[in-house]
Amino acid sequence: MITFTLNGQEQRFEGDPEMPLLWYLRDVQGLTGTKYGCGEALCGACTVHADGAPIRSCQTTLGDLAGMAVTTIEGLSPDGMHPVQVAWRELNVAQCGYCQAGQIMSAAALLKDTPHPSDEAIDDAMSGNICRCATYPRIRAAIKRAAGGAQRKTASSGSAK
Amino acid sequence: MSGTITNLSRRAVLMGLGAGTFVLAGGLGPAARAEDSPKKYGGDAMPGGVKDDPRLFVAVAADGTVTILCHRAEMGQGVRTSWAMVIADEMDADWAKVRVDQAPGDEARYGNQNTDGSRSMRHHFQALRRIGAAARQMLAQAAASQWGVPVAEVTADHHSLMHAASGRRLGYGEVAAAAAALPVPAREALVFKDPAKFRYIGRADIGLVDGFDITTGRATYGIDVRRENMLYAVVARPPVHGGKLVHYEVDEALKVPGVVKVVVLNTAPLPSGFLPKGGLAVVAENTWAALKGREKLKITWDDGPNVRYDSAAYRAELEAAARAPGQVARNQGDVDTALKAAAKRVTAEYYIPHLAQAPMEPPAAVAQVTGDACEIWGSTQAPQTTRETVAKVLSIPAVKVTVHQTLVGGGFGRKSKPDYIAEAALLSRAMDGRPVKLTFTRTDDLHHGFLHTVSVERLEGGLDAKGKPVAWLHRTVAPAINATFAPGVKHEGASELGMGAVNTPWIVPNLRVENPEAESHTRIGWFRSVSNIPHAFAVQSFVAELAAAAGRDPKDFLLDLIGPGRQINPADMADGWNYNEDPVAYAYDTGRLRGVVERAAKEAGWGKPLPKGQGRGIAAHRSFASYAAAVVQVAVDAQGKLTIPRVDIAFDCGPVINPDRVRAQLEGAVIQGVSLATLGEISFKAGQVQQDNFDSYEVTRIEAAPKDIRVHLMPAAQYDAPLGGVGEPGVPPIAPALLNAIHAATGKRIRSLPIRDQLRA
Repeated sequence: MITFTLNGQEQRFEGDPEMPLLWYLRDVQGLTGTKYGCGEALCGACTVHADGAPIRSCQTTLGDLAGMAVTTIEGLSPDGMHPVQVAWRELNVAQCGYCQAGQIMSAAALLKDTPHPSDEAIDDAMSGNICRCATYPRIRAAIKRAAGGAQRKTASSGSAK
Repeated sequence: MSGTITNLSRRAVLMGLGAGTFVLAGGLGPAARAEDSPKKYGGDAMPGGVKDDPRLFVAVAADGTVTILCHRAEMGQGVRTSWAMVIADEMDADWAKVRVDQAPGDEARYGNQNTDGSRSMRHHFQALRRIGAAARQMLAQAAASQWGVPVAEVTADHHSLMHAASGRRLGYGEVAAAAAALPVPAREALVFKDPAKFRYIGRADIGLVDGFDITTGRATYGIDVRRENMLYAVVARPPVHGGKLVHYEVDEALKVPGVVKVVVLNTAPLPSGFLPKGGLAVVAENTWAALKGREKLKITWDDGPNVRYDSAAYRAELEAAARAPGQVARNQGDVDTALKAAAKRVTAEYYIPHLAQAPMEPPAAVAQVTGDACEIWGSTQAPQTTRETVAKVLSIPAVKVTVHQTLVGGGFGRKSKPDYIAEAALLSRAMDGRPVKLTFTRTDDLHHGFLHTVSVERLEGGLDAKGKPVAWLHRTVAPAINATFAPGVKHEGASELGMGAVNTPWIVPNLRVENPEAESHTRIGWFRSVSNIPHAFAVQSFVAELAAAAGRDPKDFLLDLIGPGRQINPADMADGWNYNEDPVAYAYDTGRLRGVVERAAKEAGWGKPLPKGQGRGIAAHRSFASYAAAVVQVAVDAQGKLTIPRVDIAFDCGPVINPDRVRAQLEGAVIQGVSLATLGEISFKAGQVQQDNFDSYEVTRIEAAPKDIRVHLMPAAQYDAPLGGVGEPGVPPIAPALLNAIHAATGKRIRSLPIRDQLRA
């Protein structure tokens, strides 16, 4: 049996430990916000966080996850108000929207580690996420906006976090 | 604003929003608004036409909530937002009280729903205004009746009705029920809002109606649909188009835990149109089991007639065809004599390979067959084609097929073809009516697509002693889309030739366009911008090559070739198609083409010096009744590494409804143009596609996207002017502008796409 947490809830899985997290999320848990795009960690549509780090859920088996904490787009924030989500909406980043959950998860992980990323850092962190509608200019802009927003929020709340 | 995409059946319209609480979806009388006219154009010429009955598209609840039904597929163009903006504006609704629902596929009821050809707004803007105006006038009449005053004294004011003389006011919800009982005003009786008073149309800060759902993972695409008791399937299809199953062993596949059944799917005879390719389907309790099961299948295929399709050999065939005369598509003057007499002759051949649309959501759908009926939940650009195709494979009437339209996770033309939905339907029937979700893997998507054509474009031009162009000969050779649907098709159709091959407005006295034969060996289909891509690539590269031969600035040379502003009937350029638009209202306006060229050049600082290793290129193209010109600026370093610091694109689509989405479409078009020019290639060997995933079918990622994309929208004279398309026309000028920029930066002329490592030192 494999035990891990998913969006804060403990999970016990007794099936095939080789099952990729992606299909467990989508087909078993019904969490379809995490998308299939390539199945080979080439496109980033399936990006989720494992212990806070961005991973490709199509190439991560349930066996790999023992004891880890997984966060999907559904669990990124309780009300959809994560600064990255807000910036995404303010700039109307999405076109078809299909890859955007993966983009947002990659961007959120980037900003957690690098609150004020350079253009190069943004390109590095986001180069694994393909968008065929090519929303890249707005992704760059939204990440910068979210970085600014996070800064403002921190300043006004006086919190060090 | 709710962004949840739901489907409103007629029953739901009548009953679902709270019985008796709303209105403008009352009982429908016979639709009698189609106007008789001898020759139809635009939306009226489409199957099902355009409907403008407000009762079909607008419901007002007693609490004032306005529900607007969108019948177009949302695939990233933002149509659900723009569609609602127009109706809400004309009916003077408060945007905060507007929600958008999605129509099921029903062409007879809603009119044509094919979401392709860049025509949602082009075909529907005026109809949407009529819908909104009619709804507003019905609400006003209801208020006037209640107050016992003439309707002329009632004004709509942001979700309420006002009687100025008495100071009385009623909310839309308060008169909704009464308004529903009123007749729909005749088209002639509609009074439109003064565009100066538009609240939403033309405004750039309207949030996407699906924005919240998309950013929180709640948005539902075809691949996300879940039904009770649902099974999951993948299909092993013949690796060569037209191939068939010969022998198979399924025992190992059935041993995979979770695999339920292996189902044989028949292969349709060629040309197979929208029908599935057949093969063996593995149906399982989840996608992972289905995939594992498919790996265990042992299959022998009969590859059929296309097994020798080899892209390198085929290219040589196309080149040979392009070097000999072919069927004449347009002819003016005497090209042969003029070429012989020319002071300078320039010849160039351009090659562009097949491309795959590769939408991020691969083809996927859920089907459930119940008796002689079938329900579909899927991503599709073409609900009606879906109904017809599913009906055909199941041998049931099309009216028995219900199509619930989900959000489309990228289409680019791939999801105009419902082969994958037909597969899901066949599998649900094979599983005794259990719902089945059929998913294409990325490899399936690349191997079993409806590809963008492959082409060789050969151009020959003659210049006189002063460098003036005197002769233009263009041979375009490409397998045709129609070959996917009809036997023996070896020539491009009127629509393909009318995408920038024949309809060049050049001031050249002698001009001929020929279309030699090309045989198709795979499924060819629409790809965003379609034949405009190869034609603009070749034509606009060649214009720059002629300019270089003439020793002229390419922008000035292009403007001279376009000539003075004038209205050309496309038929006078052998284009009787013209995107099915009226040749007068939608004449080829060279003034507008000049306009975008001049604007792009000005904004980009054309002519200003650049550092060594950098260059600018320009290209312009009319497509989908819109005009686009791009200036691409490139930098090529000593190792041949290409970067694109800046792109300026000027765009004239006539009236702009949703400027933010127009800009977004153009930003995307620029990068998709860069992607196909730098990386895009699907190739065949022994009849099989050589690319398996995004490692071998590369597409542009964020780091290679142009750093600075500037979109310049041309102001439209008025909102009554004809609208052009938006989704596609940004793509065609990008590849040639990029190649012209590379030439300016390096002196190297690339004529074979993709660029890939051709610049490497």
